[in-house]
Amino acid sequence: MASFSLGNALRGIFATRTIDEGTWEDLEDALIRADFGPAITEQTIEHLREQVERYRTTDPEDLRRMLREYLEERFAKLDPTLKLTNRPAVVLVVGVNGVGKTTTIGKFAKFLTNYGRSVIVGAADTFRAAAVEQLATWAERAGAGVMRPQQQGQDPASVAYQTVDQAQRSGFEIAIIDTAGRLQTKAGLMDELSKVRRVVEKLAPIAEVLLVLDATTGQNGVAQAQAFIEHAGVTGLVITKLDGSAKGGFVLAVQEQTGIPIKLLGQGEGIGDLTGFSGPAFTAQLVG
Amino acid sequence: MATFGTLSDRLTETFRNLRNKGRLSAADVDGTVREIRRALLDADVALDVVKEFTGKVRERALSDEVNRALNPAQQVVQIVNEELIAILGGRQRRLEFAKQPPTVIMLAGLQGAGKTTLAGKLAKWLAKDGHTPLLVAADLQRPNAVQQLQVVGGQAGVAVYAPEPGNGVGDPIRVAQDGVRLAKDRQHDVVIIDTAGRLGVDAELMRQAGDIRRVTNPDEVLFVIDAMIGQDAVATARAFQEGVDFTGVVLTKLDGDARGGAALSVASVTGRPIMFASTGETLDAFEPFHPDRMASRILDLGDILTLIEQAQRAFDEEEARKVAEKMATDTFTLEDFLAQMQQLKKAGSIKSMLGMLPGAKGMREQLENFDEREITRTEAIIQSMTPAERRTPKLLNGSRRLRIARGSGTTVTEVNQLVQRFEQAAKMMRTVARGGVPNIPGMGPIPGARQKKQQPQKKSGSRSGNPAKRAQENAALAAGAGAKASSGGSSFGLGGGQAGGPSEEELAAMQKLLGR
Repeated sequence: MASFSLGNALRGIFATRTIDEGTWEDLEDALIRADFGPAITEQTIEHLREQVERYRTTDPEDLRRMLREYLEERFAKLDPTLKLTNRPAVVLVVGVNGVGKTTTIGKFAKFLTNYGRSVIVGAADTFRAAAVEQLATWAERAGAGVMRPQQQGQDPASVAYQTVDQAQRSGFEIAIIDTAGRLQTKAGLMDELSKVRRVVEKLAPIAEVLLVLDATTGQNGVAQAQAFIEHAGVTGLVITKLDGSAKGGFVLAVQEQTGIPIKLLGQGEGIGDLTGFSGPAFTAQLVG
Repeated sequence: MATFGTLSDRLTETFRNLRNKGRLSAADVDGTVREIRRALLDADVALDVVKEFTGKVRERALSDEVNRALNPAQQVVQIVNEELIAILGGRQRRLEFAKQPPTVIMLAGLQGAGKTTLAGKLAKWLAKDGHTPLLVAADLQRPNAVQQLQVVGGQAGVAVYAPEPGNGVGDPIRVAQDGVRLAKDRQHDVVIIDTAGRLGVDAELMRQAGDIRRVTNPDEVLFVIDAMIGQDAVATARAFQEGVDFTGVVLTKLDGDARGGAALSVASVTGRPIMFASTGETLDAFEPFHPDRMASRILDLGDILTLIEQAQRAFDEEEARKVAEKMATDTFTLEDFLAQMQQLKKAGSIKSMLGMLPGAKGMREQLENFDEREITRTEAIIQSMTPAERRTPKLLNGSRRLRIARGSGTTVTEVNQLVQRFEQAAKMMRTVARGGVPNIPGMGPIPGARQKKQQPQKKSGSRSGNPAKRAQENAALAAGAGAKASSGGSSFGLGGGQAGGPSEEELAAMQKLLGR
């Protein structure tokens, strides 16, 4: 087994005949390996132990069902629908470096143009080398308009402003703004994000601020989310790279601690590899 | 898990309880080990590694070596430290250069790990050492990765070989092969091959990486991994080890607040050393990885050595001597003040330097609130003065101050404060230069960095005055043993104090730690 999979591990656990101490230990290990984190793992195990106690069951199959129900219930607490009713609906995409913001925007633009919406993307990542070109390539593939910065190293807030302005004038229905990746510990860069938000809001209210998180991220995902919520007012999460061996167990911790729902899932490098979030489907993928 | 502590924070907390104990019972050890386990898991260290690590620590903590020790608690700290270093790869390993140039270095890793940026950083670092690297753009997958490498290469001032436009067009294996051949012809002594990011589970791309390795026969294959990665680090590292078999690991994004976890996991699972760490957005934010220092950082013993190295790189010896002279002869002017400040800025972000100080983890809050721009503002004020004013601050009357405030976009109050601080600093430095002990105003307990208007935050004066003394002491410290650290410490204290740096108590605590 080249890579660990929670589903496989659980199948092994639930294939045993009865629930004993070994089962609990294996389950705990499996959850930790899936990046649930020590705290959520403890809560989950505790809850399941109670349930098993209450229903006096010893059948691992019941345990599997309880786990799935428990996770689905936790995911179902928040509403995953995107709110894009404003015209233009402004979407700001933020995240740390290398999580796949630009790629997500490309896919998201395609997702929207498939539904007949007209989309413009704003290349407000003026920091990273060739980020603008990367976004433009994606925009072309998605059939969306693109707003480029007029000069090297232009203030991202001004690019964002021009994007929304252009959307209003040319009647684009949705404006998606790409931002440079930044680590949540860089106070100056986080302030820059607040500024982008402030400036855009002068023209139009922001419909969605999407925080992109990499599925391979560990417990640091929570710290990322908290910082971005504080500075950018995140309204939804996008989990990317779910086609890898990591299934993103940490998102449960993120969602629980921040109250921000997951809205989109990215699962590949193709332009069509973006789907809406559904609790049951995600749980099924996680638990198998 | 309401508060998200880093590994350092958690272990510090654990050891605080332990330090007070004279003897350790089995229950004490178990409790500590449980805390370590929890802390390591929170820091994303892979479960298997955690189990093995805690097992070893527990065994050694209960053994005779601890109970015979004078202070068993400190002995446990020592054990944890040793085991951490052992896992992180013991000693630092350098790049191995080929006997017959060019030396071929191949980069591989997941998408978004930071390979392309790292290629630039590595190239710049090598060029600084007198090598003539060639960057080869073999990431033909991601849109505009080729272009990004060209830009990065331009910034680093090194040659880039990019025959294919990328975006899915071209054969990366041929590009890599041609790149190595070209390097031979043009006598580049190092070739750095940037490859496409790939998932561990993608067999086809993994085979392609293996093929690139086969045709170019690299001397080093560096596996680039994001420091923020979670439990998947193990699976990914194993997949890459099977697919391309790397010789070393580079840890990126170490400047975030996730530190340690992935490093421990990857090093432990693959047995490959971590060779470099990438710690920031600029091309200079790149350093060789030191396992022992990283272990100290995790244990919150501070990363003094890196700090000293950074300071030494930034401070020009010659410059420092000149300043020292000036201080002694009482001709220190605002111009020198400015030059000093600019030198200090060269040393890297003040925040990151402070973060390396022992005990600094406890001041995370203050560090976050320290405003780097304060220095820029001070710079602006001085630059708005005429040369004559800079040399003789006494010239500054009301109307001149108003003009300066306008010119620098500040207020007269701020200009007044700066002049005042400068005078204080100059006075203090004269005392120091004559061998006296400075009486530092406002250096009480940790200054409230939160209140922006308060002096402590803006006392750039004494910070800038220090480097001369600091550079001297640094040199002494680097040469000397840990015992000297106390004097070095006080100079750091002076340097960092304004930014909510370590107070006297913390310095004392640091001495205790180092004198251990």
